[in-house]
Amino acid sequence: MERHYMDSKIKGVSTGTTILAVTFNGGVIIGSDSRASMGGNYVCSKTINKLIQVHDRIFCCIAGSLADAQAVTKTAKFQISLHSIQMESPPLVKAAASVMKELCYNNKEELQAGFITAGWDKKKGPQVYTVALGGMLLSLPFTIGGSGSTYIYGYTDAKYKPDMSREECLQFATNALALAMGRDNVSGGVAHLVVITEGGVEHVVIPGDKLPKFHDE
Amino acid sequence: MLNTSRPCQPQSGGFSFENSRRNAVLEGNLSELGYSSPKARKTGTTIAGIVFKDGVILGADTRATDDMVVADKNCMKIHYIAPNIYCCGAGVAADAEVTTQMMSSNVELHSLSTGRPPLVVTVTRQLKQMLFRYQGHIGSSLIVGGVDVTGAHLYSVYPHGSYDKLPFLTMGSGAGPAISIFEDRFRPNMELEDAKQLVRDAIVAGIFCDLGSGSNVDLCIITQAGVQYLRAYDQPAQKGKKEGQYKYKPGTTAVLTKTVTPLPLDIVDESVQLMDTQ
Repeated sequence: MERHYMDSKIKGVSTGTTILAVTFNGGVIIGSDSRASMGGNYVCSKTINKLIQVHDRIFCCIAGSLADAQAVTKTAKFQISLHSIQMESPPLVKAAASVMKELCYNNKEELQAGFITAGWDKKKGPQVYTVALGGMLLSLPFTIGGSGSTYIYGYTDAKYKPDMSREECLQFATNALALAMGRDNVSGGVAHLVVITEGGVEHVVIPGDKLPKFHDE
Repeated sequence: MLNTSRPCQPQSGGFSFENSRRNAVLEGNLSELGYSSPKARKTGTTIAGIVFKDGVILGADTRATDDMVVADKNCMKIHYIAPNIYCCGAGVAADAEVTTQMMSSNVELHSLSTGRPPLVVTVTRQLKQMLFRYQGHIGSSLIVGGVDVTGAHLYSVYPHGSYDKLPFLTMGSGAGPAISIFEDRFRPNMELEDAKQLVRDAIVAGIFCDLGSGSNVDLCIITQAGVQYLRAYDQPAQKGKKEGQYKYKPGTTAVLTKTVTPLPLDIVDESVQLMDTQ
């Protein structure tokens, strides 16, 4: 089994994943699958957590090399927490995303991880930011990432509507994850979804057998 | 004191890669002649761990391989970290050995500094920070298990520095066969005897189904009460007994003639050196 990870382009354990974040009316939903693989044919963990809470109302989801992603998010969590204490107020989502971007851009030669940062703050409400592999930072109403995202670009582009309700958004995110997990071999396990609003954070876990089934399953 | 106490400053030291280009050229030259440079000895291992009702059980095989030759038939892969924390190592044998020894020292110092017994999560964090710093060039995959004041914990740490917390884990080249045994028969809160049998079966699966694993099964049972290190708990792959006597009796082959030729030897040079044995 150890030989296999030499062949993969991602060094070590890869999260080879499907991650997404979608804004809705009053909040944002961030979601991911839960599979960690090594070399494309061994699942190291079926229940890995890819939704990292970096602050009270800001979450980050990780894709790419698990070691790099864990190291970056730990550093980012510390820096954001320090920033928040210095500013004496909860951090802006953009600040959190910028911290991730700085880390990714300045270490772009060594790192192989991409992130989606999403959350709620008082200034701009619900926001979604994506930090790509080389350190590009973009603000978008919704975004998808990871290896499984390629299979759902069409679905998300067609089905996304701005200002959805919480239930519609939850259904949209669940469907997108289920479709991606159904087609991508390195995405799977359970679907983790976190709903972030001004009021709080709610974690929804959907086991693999309870995911929506589409016509050929 | 600990190398993790200043996370914001860039680390100095680490590996020097000055000779990598020269090594690559030398490797190329050697392979043209049909030779290859010696590789680091890997443990080619099956290691496993589970959390059961009273604590944690770690298991490992005992074969160390040098490419296709068994270098050590009875090596110890379950290393001591602290009185209540042990660590199984897979991957490059030297890396796993030295990494665990460094962690053991660090944890001892940390425990003296805090005045408390060490936590399993402390060991995991130091391990993963060190392995990440070396970017996977330290080729050791580790399973850290132990019982501390917060309970029984089991963590896996991969060579690139990622970690995971799970109720059952396997690593090494024999991880595939071993995890299949766990997937089939693991239950939360197992009894001691069932749990020992399960870990033993998982390691035996690795021993039989993986070429890099073999010899005996070592178990290490860690509970609140203490640690039981069962070296050679099971020896599934013993050498077979010969069915009969295959040696020929002296006299089976008749001797027809016998010639003895003494070789004359002359002393050419004699010298005496006195040793100072004070």
